[in-house]
Parts: sequence; C-alpha cells; structure tokens
Amino acid sequence: MSYETLSDAVVKGDINTAKEETQKAVEAGDNVQDILDSGLIAAMDIVGDQFSQGLMFLPQMLHSAKTMQECVELLKPHFQEGGVTTKGKVVLGTVKGDLHDIGKNLVGMMLEGAGFSVIDLQVDVAPEAFVAKVKEEKAEIVGMSALLSTTMPAMSQTIKALVDSGIRDQVKVMIGGAPVTAKYAEEVGADAYAPDAGSAVIEAKKLLGID
Amino acid sequence: MLIVGEKINTSIKKISQAVESGDSAFIAQVAQQQVAAGADFVDVNAGTFVEKEVDYLPWLVKTVQSSIDIPLCLDSANPEALIKALEFHKGEPMVNSISLEEERFHSLLPVITAHSCKVVALCMAQTGMPTAADDRVSVASELIERLTSAGIALEAIYVDPLVQPVAVDVGMGSAVLQAIPTIMERFPGVNTICGLSNISYGLPARRLVNRNFLTLAIAHGLSAAILDPTEKHLMSNLLATQMLLGQDEYCSDYIKAYQGGSIEDN
Repeated sequence: MSYETLSDAVVKGDINTAKEETQKAVEAGDNVQDILDSGLIAAMDIVGDQFSQGLMFLPQMLHSAKTMQECVELLKPHFQEGGVTTKGKVVLGTVKGDLHDIGKNLVGMMLEGAGFSVIDLQVDVAPEAFVAKVKEEKAEIVGMSALLSTTMPAMSQTIKALVDSGIRDQVKVMIGGAPVTAKYAEEVGADAYAPDAGSAVIEAKKLLGID
Repeated sequence: MLIVGEKINTSIKKISQAVESGDSAFIAQVAQQQVAAGADFVDVNAGTFVEKEVDYLPWLVKTVQSSIDIPLCLDSANPEALIKALEFHKGEPMVNSISLEEERFHSLLPVITAHSCKVVALCMAQTGMPTAADDRVSVASELIERLTSAGIALEAIYVDPLVQPVAVDVGMGSAVLQAIPTIMERFPGVNTICGLSNISYGLPARRLVNRNFLTLAIAHGLSAAILDPTEKHLMSNLLATQMLLGQDEYCSDYIKAYQGGSIEDN
C-alpha cells in the first residue's frame, strides 16, 4: 500500500490533509500497522533526514511531528490487542542536576515519530532512576541528555550504575546535548553519540541493527 | 544599557585552546577588542573544563585584567572557582549566575554576599524551566526577595528571564518580553539582563533574529545584554534603538559610532 499523499502531508505539516488521508485509509479497512509504517513513520524518516541535512528547520520538524501525532490519535482506536509493533523501547531523560528539556523532548518526539516506544523520565533524573526504569521496562536503549558541562559527569555515573546493577550488557547507551562530544561518549563508554534529534533516530536504529 | 562581552568562553574552540596553552596574548586581544567595541563588562567562562575550571577561571581574571581596565563578569556556577577568581579580581565584578535551584542557591549565596558584586539572577526554578511570562515573574520575585533579604541591593541584581528558542515554542519571545517590564515595575531599581543566541536556536539567519529580539527587549526595558560587541550589525541596531527610545542625548553615541566607522547601514 502506498501512502504518498499522507506522507507528503505529514512532511509539509498539513494537518487537515493528513488526518483526512488517515481517516480514509482506516475506513477503507487498511492495516493500521501499514498506515503507521508506510504513511506516518516513512514521512518522519524523510523529515529527520531533511532536518539533519539542514533542508528543514526545527519548527517545520515540530509541525510534522504534531501532524503525525494527530494521525496516530485517529489510528489508536483501531490498534489490535497489544498495540502495534515498535522498533524498540527507549528510556530517555536529562541527567541529574540538569533541568534542560528542549533537546531531550525533540529526541523523544523524533524517536516516537520513527516508531520507537519512548519512556520519558523528564529532567534531573538520578542514575538509580534510569537503572530502575530500564529494568522495569526491559528497555533496549537508554538515552541521556545534558546541557551543562557541570552535569555531564552524571552520564558517566549513570553508565557506572548500569554496570554495577549488572544490566550494562542488556542495554545500549546513547548520549547527547550541547557540551557532549563523540570523544566524550567514547571516554565514558557510551555506545552512541547523537548531536541532534535527527541523528538520534539514525543512531538508535544502528544500535538495534534496524535498516 | 550595560554591555557584557561574551567572547571569552571556553565553549568557543579558539578560546579553549588559548586557555589550555596559556596564550595570554590571545585572550588579552579578545578582551581589548570587546572593550574597544563598547563592552562595559567582559564575561569570562571556563565551564567546559569542569575540574580545571578552578585554575582556569582565576587565570582568565588575571590575564584579562592585566590588559584592560574594566570589571569582569565571572560566569560560573562553581563556588570554588568563583572564590578563587574573586581573590584576583579588581573592582566590582558581576557574578553569573545564581538561580532558585536549591543547591546552586545555597552554594553561591555565601560567595556573593562576601564580596561587593553585581549578581545575575537566572529565572531557573528548582523544578524546571519557566515557560510563560508568569512563571518567569514568580521565579524572579522569589529570587529577588531571597537575595535582598540576604543583604544584596536591588540595584546589584540583574534578573535573567531565561531566553528560550521561539523555534520550539513561538510564545517564548513574548514570554520574555512581557516578563521584563513586569519584573522591573514590581521591584523598582532591579535590573534585567539576557543573552540573545538562545532565541534563534533552530532557525535560519540567526543573527537577524537575535538583533531584532535585542531591539524589542531594549524597548521593553532590558537594562543589560550579554552579546558579542564586535558584531557590527548588532551594535548598530543597539545604538539606533537606544537613540529612538530617547536614551541617547543629542544622539551623540550614535553619531560618535558612525564617525568611528562602526555603524553598519545596510
């Protein structure tokens, strides 16, 4: 099934057309997972890609994400028992001592847009809280954000807490935020570094061997 | 309008390299350029070095003040680094910044009350970042009340309403613009300050957005700004705005800048 009109509408942030197209597909009896994958997620892949290349700007990306969310709301009543297949579970949060949430929220939004299931622990998240949630949710990825050079060490502390609790090898660690660098990610033993929301999606897929 | 030159910050690669290699001539040059361009204060920030900040911040203070004769804005949340930097500082510095985050507030309060200094009060609460203008006003009010009851004069307080990107929420610009006059009317004598670059995060042609925001903020009463004074277009806008608001008698600052070749007119 091709959903070109729907995808185009999501990329353009045309909420009305996107909702109409989603509704039409549902009424035609299309597979909901198919609408999600080939229509909405495919569109957000394009958005993430264009954003990373500087062809789309942040407000446009947010507009697309909002459009997708509205369409997902229309799909929800039709999800099968047990919901839809997700690409993987990501526990996300801004590290302890840090209250900056903008970048972390963008990453969460783009990961959801790409079909991941995101558990957002919000801001000022203690290492133990990350560990507990990863265990509870059996998450495949933990994503940490820090906007301050002073709070970056909390990333290393969280990784250490994952090691100490014996679950480091069960979860991939991805980090990002303005002062964070690829070199720092390597130093603290993270599995991936994502400089922006678009690359967070790419890195998350790589970590789980998707695509 | 008080201008704080933002260029000596180790998050800028060249500065970081100069600090690591002890290149005092380069640091002095960046300081002098900013003063020549109109900076009243020069900001020094070595926060990216985390542990070494304790050594680098005092070094920056000594290095900068041996080349220029104006006070500095000590940009750090590390009380230890600030105490050491303050030892070497000549004149009355500005400390950037205290906030309502409990740990930060309690660790920095004794530092700023022990010295005569101006202090930037950042509208960051214990629980998170403000969104609406009202959030900013209530965080600012609590901060101002706590600082003044600790003996700090209203005139020494520079409230930073915390600028956030309009790309993420189009209300972020007006939230700051509304908060500025409200805070200043509620606490006559208090100052306001902000940086500019956050406003344009995620947008193309950021400098255009920054300088228009500066114009609007000045029109709403902003008393100080942290910016790059060597950016000609920005400073031209600032001078023209102040003149248009009647803050430049006989238009003399504007004309002087023009005659000095620092007004950008296109």
